[in-house]
Amino acid sequence: MAASILKVVGIAKSFGGVQALKGVSLEIDAGEIHCLAGENGSGKSTLIKVISGVHEPDAGSIEIVGRRLSRLSPMEAIALGIQVIYQDFSVFPNLSVMENLALNMELMDKRALMNWGRARAIAAHAVSLIGFEVDLDERVENLSVADRQLVAICRALLHDSKLIIMDEPTSALTKKEVKALFAVIKSLQSRGISILFVSHKLDEVFEISERFTILRNGENVAAGSTEELDHRTFAFHMTGREFAEASYKSDRAPGPPVLSVKGLSQVGSYEGISFDLAQGEILGITGLLGSGRTELVETLFGISSPDSGSIEIAGREVRMRSVKDAIALGIGYVPSDRLTEGLFLPQSIERNAVIGVLGRLCNSLGLLNRRAVAELMSKWIAELSIAAKDPSLPVKTLSGGNQQKVVLARWLASELSVLILNGPTMGVDIGAKYDIHALMRELASKGLAIIIVSDDLPEVLACASRILVMRDGAFIQELEPATTTESRLGELSTGVA
Amino acid sequence: MISIRSMTRRSEPYVFAAIVALSLLIQARSGQFFTGNNLVDLARALIVPALFSIGCMLVIVSGGIDVSFTAIASLAMYVTDKTLLASGYSGSVLLAYAMSGALGLLMGALNGGLIGFLKLPTLVVTLGTGSLFTGVMYGVFAASASDVPPAIAAHGKQTLFTAVNLESGLTSNMPSQVLILVGALVLVFLLIRYTMLGRGIYAIGGDEAAAERAGFSVAWIKLFLYSFVGLLAGITGVARISMISYADPSTMLGMELTVIAAVVLGGTRVTGGLGTLTGTIFGVTLMTILANSLILIGIPTYWSRVFTGAVIIVGTGVSARQIGSARRRVRTLQKEA
Repeated sequence: MAASILKVVGIAKSFGGVQALKGVSLEIDAGEIHCLAGENGSGKSTLIKVISGVHEPDAGSIEIVGRRLSRLSPMEAIALGIQVIYQDFSVFPNLSVMENLALNMELMDKRALMNWGRARAIAAHAVSLIGFEVDLDERVENLSVADRQLVAICRALLHDSKLIIMDEPTSALTKKEVKALFAVIKSLQSRGISILFVSHKLDEVFEISERFTILRNGENVAAGSTEELDHRTFAFHMTGREFAEASYKSDRAPGPPVLSVKGLSQVGSYEGISFDLAQGEILGITGLLGSGRTELVETLFGISSPDSGSIEIAGREVRMRSVKDAIALGIGYVPSDRLTEGLFLPQSIERNAVIGVLGRLCNSLGLLNRRAVAELMSKWIAELSIAAKDPSLPVKTLSGGNQQKVVLARWLASELSVLILNGPTMGVDIGAKYDIHALMRELASKGLAIIIVSDDLPEVLACASRILVMRDGAFIQELEPATTTESRLGELSTGVA
Repeated sequence: MISIRSMTRRSEPYVFAAIVALSLLIQARSGQFFTGNNLVDLARALIVPALFSIGCMLVIVSGGIDVSFTAIASLAMYVTDKTLLASGYSGSVLLAYAMSGALGLLMGALNGGLIGFLKLPTLVVTLGTGSLFTGVMYGVFAASASDVPPAIAAHGKQTLFTAVNLESGLTSNMPSQVLILVGALVLVFLLIRYTMLGRGIYAIGGDEAAAERAGFSVAWIKLFLYSFVGLLAGITGVARISMISYADPSTMLGMELTVIAAVVLGGTRVTGGLGTLTGTIFGVTLMTILANSLILIGIPTYWSRVFTGAVIIVGTGVSARQIGSARRRVRTLQKEA
C-alpha cells in the first residue's frame, strides 16, 4: 500500500459555539484521487481550511508526509506541498496570465522588484507542466472559466505540490470542459500528485476518484472505495434520508392547453418552435449550451421578442412586450442564475418572497400591511420547508437549495398558470434537489403547468412528463420519459450517436 | 505583442483621436492652436491636474476612490506657506516642497490607515477627511488668500524657455514646475512597472482576496498608496501656488471631480485593476484643451463647462458600458455552462 500523504484524525473545530467539525478523519495516499463529498454545511470547507492551515483545529492531529504537526500555518502548508484551488480560483482577472502565474512565486521568494523576463520564464515553465496552450500576455478575465482554472492549476504546480485540493472544481464548467479537467487531473496523478476532489456530484465522484469520504453535519459518515458506491447509498450518506424517485405522470385528464406556441422563431437563437402545454404537465426541455433553450424561455417570459410565430395563453393569442406583461398573464420564471437575476441577496427572506405580490398586500392608502406579509411568509416557509431561522435575515444567509425555494415562493405567492424553471437545481445539494423535485410534482398535480429547462438528464427524466430535445435552435424530438434513457437523450442533444 | 483586438479594446487610441480631432478643429477655425505660445499655455494649465491625476489613477486602479487630494494639497500648501512667511524663511524652495509633501503624506497616511487597517470604504473615508482638512484650513488657520514667501515667489518666476507667437507677438513661459510632472511620471512608471509594490496595487484592484492569499500585505500597500498620493498632493499644492504667485486656499478645491473624470476618460477602469499613465495623461490633456482652448474659436469660457460635462458623460459612459457588456457576456457564459 502506498504511503499516506495526509492523515488527519479526530479534527474538531467550532466557531462561536457552532461545532463545524466533530472529530473528522481523512486519509489520502500518495498519488491518489480522493473525493470529499458532503452537502452545504457538512464541514467540507472547514476541513479544507484546517488542512491548508487557515483554521487551527480545536482538537485532533494532522500528519503530512509522515510528519506530525500540532499546528500549521498557511505558509507551512504550502511549503509542505499542499495547494488549494478555490472555487473562485483566486486569480487576478485584470492581470496577464504570465503575472498570475509568476506573482505568487515571486512573493514567496520575497522579491521587491518585478523582473518581467523571469516572470515570463516562470509562466512558460508552469504552462508546460500540463501542456496548457495559452497566450501568456492575455488578461485572465478574457479567458474562459475552464482556462482560468487551468491557470490556477498551473500556478499550484509551481510550488512542488504533493497534494492539490480542488474545491468544487466543476461547478462552473461545461461537460466538455469537465472532461478536459479530468484528463489534467489524471496526468497530475501519474506524476504522483494526490488530489482531494471536493464535490457533491455523484457522477463525477464515480468517474474520477478511487476513494471517497463523505461528511455530514461535521462527522464522517462513510468512507471507502468508490466502486462500492451507488446512487442510492451516496444520496443516503449525503443527506441521511432515503429517496425514491419514479418518473412523473400527470394523473389528470389532458385538458385544453394553457400555453400554446406555434412556429416561434428568433433569428440566430431558435426557429420554428411549436408545442402545447396543458395543466398538470411538466414539460422538460433539454439541450446543450447554445441550443437556444435559454433564449426560448426568455422569450416566453417577455425578456426578448420573437421575430415570428405566435404565443397563445388559454387559447388567446398574446404579445408580451416586457416581463411585466408576462407576469400579468400568469407566467413565472426562475432563472438559472438565481443569485444575480432572481434574488435581492442582501434583503430579507421575507421581502424577497413577497416582492411579486406587494400590490395585493397593500391597503387602500398603498401602505404595506405588515400582518398580511407575515402571514403569507409563514405559510410559504412551512409549505416549502425552507430552513430559515428568521424570515427577516438576508437571503444570502440561506443555502443554495433554500434560496431556490424562496424564488419559488415568490412565484407561488402570485396567481400563476405557467411556471418556467431554468436549471432548477443547478448548484443545489442533493437533499434540496429532491425536495425541489417533489415540490414541482406537487405543484403540477395541483394544476400548474411547468416547463423545466435542464441539462441534468436524470433530473429531466425523473420530473418531466414529456421531454423535448433541442439542438441548434430547433426541437428535434419529443420523448416519453418512461420509454427513453439518459444515453438516448445525450445522443439526441449532442447529435453524436 | 499587442494584437489589433487588444488595441481596439483599449480606450487610449480613442481619446488620442479625440485630442487630435479637437486640435485640428480649433487650428482650422482659429489658426492659433499649433502656435508655440498656445501649446506652452496648455502645458502650463496641464501641470497641476496632471499631477493630481497620477495619484488619482493609482487609487482607482487599487479599487478605491479618493476625493480628498485637493483638500490635502490645499491644507498642506497653506500651512507651509504661512509657516515660511512667519519665520521669514529665504532659503531654497526645496524646503517648501519637502514640508508640504510631508504634511500631505501625513494626511494621506490617515486615509491609508483608515482604509487599509480599519477596512473602511474609501469614498466615505476620503469624503470625511477631505471635509475635515478643508474645515481645519478655514477654521483653525482662518485661511484667506495670502502672499507667498520669497522662495516660492522666485521659484514661480523660473522658466525653462519662452515661446513667442510670431503673428501676435504674445509670449508664454514654460514653467519649471513641468519638471516635477515629468519626474512624478517617471517615478510612478517605475513603481507600477518594476516593483512588486506597484504590481500589488494592480493585484488588489483585480481581486483583493486573491491578493491577500498570494501573499501581498494588502493593508500596508494601501497605507503606502494613500500616503504616496498625499505626498504627491502636498507637492502639487506648492507647485500650484508658485505658479499663481499667491496662496489662495480655494484655488484647488473642486478640481477633484474633473481630475477623476479625466482619469476615467483615460481608460482607467472605475471598478479597479486597469489604468495606464499614458491614458491618464491623454484624459487630462483632452479635458485641459476643452477648458482652455475653446475660447480660441470664439466659444465663451462658460460653454467649456458644458462641453467638459458632455465629454465626461459620454467618455465615462462608454467605458462603463464596455465593462457592463463584458461582465454580462462572461456571466451569461458562466451560467449557461
